[in-house]
Amino acid sequence: MDLENQQRIIDAAEKFGAGNVVVLLGSADPEGAGLYAETVTVGDPTFAGPLAGVSLGLPVYHVFEEDIKAEADQGIWQEQIEMMEMVLDTAALAGSVAEMREQHSQTKL
Amino acid sequence: MPNAAIKSTVYCLNHTPELGLQYGTTPCLERRDKPDSPFLANLPGFIQPYEDAVRYAPNLTYIGAMTVEQLEEHPLPWHSNLASAPIRFGKYGEIMPEDEFLGLLDICDVFDLVWLETSFAESVRGKLNAHPVLDAEVLKRLKGGRDIAAIRDEIAGKAALPLYFAGEVVGCCRRAHEVDETLSAHVILENLASKAGGVLALLHLLKKAGMEPGEVDFLVECSEEAVGDMNQRGGGNLAKSIAEIAGCVNASGLDVRAFCAAPVNALITGASLVASGARRNVIVLAGGALPKLFMNSRDHVKKEHPALENCLGSFAVLLTPDDGTAPVIRLDALGKHSVGAGASPQAVTTALVWDPLRKAGLNFADVDKYAAELQIPEITLPAGAGDVPEANAKMIAALAVVKGQLERAAIGEFVSRHGLVGFAHTQGHIPSGVPFLGHAADAIASGDMKRAMIIGKGSLFLARMTGLSDGASFLVEASSGEPVGSLTRDEVKTILLDALAELAHTLRAD
Repeated sequence: MDLENQQRIIDAAEKFGAGNVVVLLGSADPEGAGLYAETVTVGDPTFAGPLAGVSLGLPVYHVFEEDIKAEADQGIWQEQIEMMEMVLDTAALAGSVAEMREQHSQTKL
Repeated sequence: MPNAAIKSTVYCLNHTPELGLQYGTTPCLERRDKPDSPFLANLPGFIQPYEDAVRYAPNLTYIGAMTVEQLEEHPLPWHSNLASAPIRFGKYGEIMPEDEFLGLLDICDVFDLVWLETSFAESVRGKLNAHPVLDAEVLKRLKGGRDIAAIRDEIAGKAALPLYFAGEVVGCCRRAHEVDETLSAHVILENLASKAGGVLALLHLLKKAGMEPGEVDFLVECSEEAVGDMNQRGGGNLAKSIAEIAGCVNASGLDVRAFCAAPVNALITGASLVASGARRNVIVLAGGALPKLFMNSRDHVKKEHPALENCLGSFAVLLTPDDGTAPVIRLDALGKHSVGAGASPQAVTTALVWDPLRKAGLNFADVDKYAAELQIPEITLPAGAGDVPEANAKMIAALAVVKGQLERAAIGEFVSRHGLVGFAHTQGHIPSGVPFLGHAADAIASGDMKRAMIIGKGSLFLARMTGLSDGASFLVEASSGEPVGSLTRDEVKTILLDALAELAHTLRAD
């Protein structure tokens, strides 16, 4: 996760409280999604950014997880997301993020 | 609506690993911040030498020494399955070695900023004398060279940057101003490298098209550099500076910038100028992006994978009025990623693919090949960016499913039939659809292809002026056979009927 986004997440967690922030990922690659999820829960695994050694334990989800899809307006989903749902490995993306969440998120939706 | 013809296309590469090692953004920043890093120490060991670059299948496809179909059948990995024989010159252009490119930098420098060491300059002059597109007029711009001691003084005391060949300092690029950062030696070197690539592509194009330099009317340049000074960083006009070196005395030009979407926007601009009659002919061209050399090399070194981002890419396209024979850029069905279109991949693909198809009354399958971003996959995959051309083809296929024109189970087949393998270096503007234009124009002219769509996308948000990205697209197809300026049968009929009606009216009045 780039350094600016790491800082944005720290800022949001400080401003609203870690219990009031949910991280919603839209990344296209399961390995990358897992790394992002790790970054906002355990901390930056590359030790390069502001989240190095900072375990926020935020609840983290991928947009293709069923719980999130169920919350979305179906019309907008069809207009903006349905196409990528066919292109990407949604099960792997959801699984990769869920695994990190189950292990390291302190709160869940 | 009149269209513009694609009369000739040129694609060149400049194999410049030593410029990349020194001045590519990734190694350059590493040298500044961590000069002793293992990455910097190991990178030279992963560089592809020139002898291999001229046998590397994607490079050969780029310069037209291989077809896209041959590349598709070429065994993977391409970097270790090199072509049996080296090829420097293809039907679209060449792969120029680094010493000759340094000579070209000197040729393109009109402010005495590039100094080459005397014996090196002489050695390069000998090689460039034999070059097929550099004539005496161009070669007389190559300066005589400087003493190595003077070059070392410039580097040590006056912020000049060393230029290397075979590991030795063979020259320097000097700053153009003492305090203006936009005229620092580094920026000047980037700008001159872009200019030199553009000049090489232009000279090839003039030869290929059989055109005298004086016949060129206008150039639209679309590289990655913004040339200017501290009072106007993006002042321009690289196009005119390139035209000057090539001797295009009757031409002027302008620069178009839109990150990686610039070449497609520039081609639409050039085609519009020609189709409207505002310009007799337009050459759209760009040189390469020095900062992007070895951009992903950190991942390549980490994974012990060849660092293949060693070439500057350039291209040039000659656009002329539709003559009824050459393939055309259709101007009645352009794709545009508008401000309000949305940022999701689906919204972008809809704007760039579905909207122009609808305008043209076409279905997804009516386009033989979609050329979006054509990065070489074995450069992007180890860097975690995936197979970009394949991802684009998948998105277009999935949109066809959404629009009810394709069965979901047929996505894979659509991708292999209508998608492309990537054969362009990660030069930003260069991969963005445009490298396929030459192959497409040839296939359309020979009747092997009916239609292609060229798609450019640009990450505007990188400049921090907007969070938006950009994109543009156009269709390439055979000319309808009616040259601009000629009349259709129906138009002649209407004129005759009008004339007869007028005659009848006059006779009645009499």
